[in-house]
Amino acid sequence: MITFDRVSKRYPEGHDALREVSFHVERNEMVFLTGHSGAGKSTLLKLIMLMERPSRGQVLINDQNLKDVSRRKIPHLRRQIGVVFQNHQLLFDRSIFANVALPLEIAGYQHREIGRRVRAALDKVGLLEREGDLPVTLSGGEQQRVGIARAVVNKPQVLLADEPTGNLDPALSSEIMHLFEAFNQVGVTVLVASHDLSLISRMQHRIMTLRGGNLIVGASEP
Amino acid sequence: MKRRQTAERRDGASQSRTAWHAVLRSWVLHHQLSATDSLHRLLGNPVSSLMTWFVIGIALAMPVGMFVALENVRSVSADWDSPAQVSLFLRPEITLEAAQLLEQSLLQRPDVGATRLITRQAALEEFQQLSGFGDVLANLDDNPLPNLVVVSPPDGGLDGAAAEAMLAGLQALPEVENAILDMEWVQRLNSLMQLSRRLVVSLGALLSLGVLLVIGNTIRLAIENRRQEIVIVKLVGGSDPFVRRPFLYTGIWYGFGGALASWLIIAVTLGWLRGPLSSLAVLYQSEFRLQGLGMEGGLALLLLGGSLGLLGSWLAVARHLRAIEPD
Repeated sequence: MITFDRVSKRYPEGHDALREVSFHVERNEMVFLTGHSGAGKSTLLKLIMLMERPSRGQVLINDQNLKDVSRRKIPHLRRQIGVVFQNHQLLFDRSIFANVALPLEIAGYQHREIGRRVRAALDKVGLLEREGDLPVTLSGGEQQRVGIARAVVNKPQVLLADEPTGNLDPALSSEIMHLFEAFNQVGVTVLVASHDLSLISRMQHRIMTLRGGNLIVGASEP
Repeated sequence: MKRRQTAERRDGASQSRTAWHAVLRSWVLHHQLSATDSLHRLLGNPVSSLMTWFVIGIALAMPVGMFVALENVRSVSADWDSPAQVSLFLRPEITLEAAQLLEQSLLQRPDVGATRLITRQAALEEFQQLSGFGDVLANLDDNPLPNLVVVSPPDGGLDGAAAEAMLAGLQALPEVENAILDMEWVQRLNSLMQLSRRLVVSLGALLSLGVLLVIGNTIRLAIENRRQEIVIVKLVGGSDPFVRRPFLYTGIWYGFGGALASWLIIAVTLGWLRGPLSSLAVLYQSEFRLQGLGMEGGLALLLLGGSLGLLGSWLAVARHLRAIEPD
């Protein structure tokens, strides 16, 4: 589902964020990506989202080579990928419902269909009762669950998460991770970047470790 | 994606049509959503929106108001046949009968459209009435004024050379002492009007540019204010047109509201001028009635405002929106 083939990323200021990284994530697999901050986790996710382009090597998502995706086609690619961010990236002037509905509005769904899907997603993350509230009224863990609902509402094939538990206490973190696991069990390919080793080592999934831009553990050959 | 798959399973033949239909419908839907949402945002900030509307309104009202004024002047001056008429002052010894004969004979000429005889008596009476020298004139033994024939060119007028030729021909008549072409003031008025029209056009162009800049800058600020939102929308797959649309509608609403404001300003100003102008017209025994913008002109003004808004926001969006990318 996600293939990196000797991918390197050097930023214009000369910093090598990734060096010759190769790995493959199978369809319906759940994989953790770990490493210290600055090891290249975020860069790797940004390459999948086409927020950055690799300096060398190739990235394939669902057999599509991302180097063939023109700037204009990027939105189309992003609609197939759900993303959860550490800082949630919610719209604070809109209700929880409107936040979760955003990907569906972009994809052009009808009102009734949007309502149905948003409520289903909010139900899965346990926030159905709060749909009319503003995000500020929620706790950090609840805001993150809104972010997850938004990421899955369009039923993406791939779900990415960048430090989704970064600001949460251990109990909430574990709750969030199990939520990802639940989506993985219904057929979503999940890639979670996290430095919370104690939490992710308890879960039975492959762990890829980055150090200084090199993938040192967990690559399976493409 | 998912939807297309189900459609495929259901009915392969009409799949592409269904997809095309869905795309069109969602496009229309998002236009409606952008239009209403951006209007709600403007109405949600009534003070700043009103201020912007009136800035635009004033900028539009100046050239449009001048245009309305010019149209009124034109409708007044259209009653006066340009280019003018020739006044034939007859020799003092020409009698009234001879003058009437002359008037009739002049009508036969091809370069004459109409004639009007003003007798010495009539001219004196008119002069007494209008000049205020009535008492002085009454004391004169003799009427100093000659008989006068006013000659107008045929319909459609004469060009400069033909008018000169007509003037020379009339001057040569034995009965005529002096022939004067009353063209200068019409020419002056015409060139004044032409100058004013150009002034209005250049003022209108300048102020339209001003409106563009005002709207462009307002939209730029709106884009800055919603930077985070734009980033998020792009992250979850919003295309450039999707991100652009609400801002373009915001620009259209600014321009549209500004045009409405200028319509209001012009209507109020004209209403305020109407009273004094009509009493002035009465004094001049004129049928003149002040013409407003009219429904057609008003709609054209709204269209102009909306287009300026769209153009201004487009300029801002093209410059600033592309630069905002998630990082």
